[in-house]
Amino acid sequence: MSATEATADDRPVVDEHRSQWRQTWSILVSNRMALFGLVVLGLLVVAALLGELLAPHGANAQGFEFYAAPSLDHPFGTDNLGRDVFSRVLIGARTSLQVGAVSVGISLVAGTLLGLVAGYRGGWLDAVLMRSMDVLFAFPIVLLAIAIVAVLGPSITNAMIAIGVAFTPIFARVVRGSVLSVREEVFVRAVRSLGASDVRIVLRHILPNVAAPIIVQTSLSFAFAILTEAALSFLGVGVQPPTPAWGLMLQEGRGVIDLAWWMGLFPGLAIFLTVMAFNVVGDGLRDALDPKQRSIIESRGQGVDA
Amino acid sequence: MTGYVVRRVAQSLLALLGVSVVVFSLMHLVPGDPVRTALGTRFDQEAYEALRARAGLDRPVLVQYAQWLGGVLTGDLGVSFRSGRSVSDVIMARVPATALLAGASLLVALAIALPAGIVSAIRQGKPIDYVATALSQIGVSIPDFWYGIMLILVFSLWLGWLPPSGYVSPLEDPTEFLRRVTMPAVTIGVVTGAILTRFTRSSVLESLNAEHVRLARAKGLPEGRILREHVLRNAWIPIVTVTGLQLATLLGGIVVVEVVFAWPGLGRLALDAVVNRDYPVMQGAVLVIAAAFLVINLLVDLLYARLDPRISYS
Repeated sequence: MSATEATADDRPVVDEHRSQWRQTWSILVSNRMALFGLVVLGLLVVAALLGELLAPHGANAQGFEFYAAPSLDHPFGTDNLGRDVFSRVLIGARTSLQVGAVSVGISLVAGTLLGLVAGYRGGWLDAVLMRSMDVLFAFPIVLLAIAIVAVLGPSITNAMIAIGVAFTPIFARVVRGSVLSVREEVFVRAVRSLGASDVRIVLRHILPNVAAPIIVQTSLSFAFAILTEAALSFLGVGVQPPTPAWGLMLQEGRGVIDLAWWMGLFPGLAIFLTVMAFNVVGDGLRDALDPKQRSIIESRGQGVDA
Repeated sequence: MTGYVVRRVAQSLLALLGVSVVVFSLMHLVPGDPVRTALGTRFDQEAYEALRARAGLDRPVLVQYAQWLGGVLTGDLGVSFRSGRSVSDVIMARVPATALLAGASLLVALAIALPAGIVSAIRQGKPIDYVATALSQIGVSIPDFWYGIMLILVFSLWLGWLPPSGYVSPLEDPTEFLRRVTMPAVTIGVVTGAILTRFTRSSVLESLNAEHVRLARAKGLPEGRILREHVLRNAWIPIVTVTGLQLATLLGGIVVVEVVFAWPGLGRLALDAVVNRDYPVMQGAVLVIAAAFLVINLLVDLLYARLDPRISYS
């Protein structure tokens, strides 16, 4: 085979890849719910990056009236320490996205590695790894995260580690299942017969083919990680004051809810909108990339043999 | 079938053993000396020695684990670092509140999910389907603790219809129990119901498109009869399964909701134990919840295999 023929053979493959992603994108943005989610996520990223610049006041700037109801000066009111709730909600976006990104990053990397090894190797290694995942899976996620925080101590870093560990089994299962279905495909056997190393086969040929479910899982896990962080902070075992975090603000507002409903309403709405945005984008991605895969909620609902 | 049951039970026992190792390790992973940490400023050499000896912390780790596991199997979960009471007693006192709340939440969830899921499947693509789907998306994304607080704000503080928190045993005062269980059960039930609605819808849809249903329709059977006898009869098997599994997942959400409504259940016990560094109580509560989760999963899987003869587990 001459060099020119080889490039001619390669090109359609590259184009196919590119057009596949373009097609995924166009399916995604044609879905109105997913488009709405993408817009919300865009705004969130802006708030997370530029929160301090955009916010009318500092996150911990005090000196305003205590418990002031929403007004033009303070659209979301002020809190028990005379801080501007709107500014704190805006700046708090960074905390949520940061915890989401780090904890999902941990479970994505750990779960993908475990799933690839278990699915590709099979045998006793697969059995040991997946049975260990079953053990982690037996704990309700919030409870597992609380237990881990109990050991490590309450802090934002430990909350990220706890959430990352708690979500690892889901990724491991999704990846392993996909690897099992790809492992015996003709093209994998072909490259194996050509003498490719296991690492090369896994990274070059298997990983790209299981990317779709991993991407979907990542978006959906973001939603659940942010929800879990908010729950941990609300319970006092996550982000610690005075860092502006939505779950923590909700906890601070809870005791004085009859006095200042705005302290509870707005941080909660922010959590809700963020979680919903990741959920609808995740669902949209699934429809666009991998219609056969089920949502995280459904796959969690399927229990141990999923 | 028998092979499957044996394997599935063995698998659950193995997972349970793993759970016990994780729960046991929790106390030993605490940096420093857990007893010293637990006592904190109330430190006193005599109490310290006594607690350490009672917890068996002066022996090798493997011996400690064996003794702890032996205790767990005979119902002895140790004593609380705080109150000195038996952990098993403390836990047993909390089980009814959690079980009742879980049951009530599941009822609320089903009351939402069954009608909503069935109607939106039958009217697929119609406005009511979109409304149900959008509402279930909202329900899935809503933070339950926030939603619970908002319910308290509206129905207790503003309208004064229901008490904001607390628990009364249904044996003492059934009416008061119902008044107090309503808001926490609705809080959990709406979220769980949203998830179940999606399942019910997809399960009924799948069944609606089955060959035998099209045949029944071709025969000219009335729609109501097709629905009752051909569609729902097949759709309910996966619905039952998922409902059972949701009951297990619901145990996780219960922790936060118990805190919001000051509901004296296992979840709040676990959290209080974490905050107070009462490690034996924390271990006991986590162990019991995880074990309940595994047992429910196991029962549901076995029930599923039994209900659906098409499924063969080789």
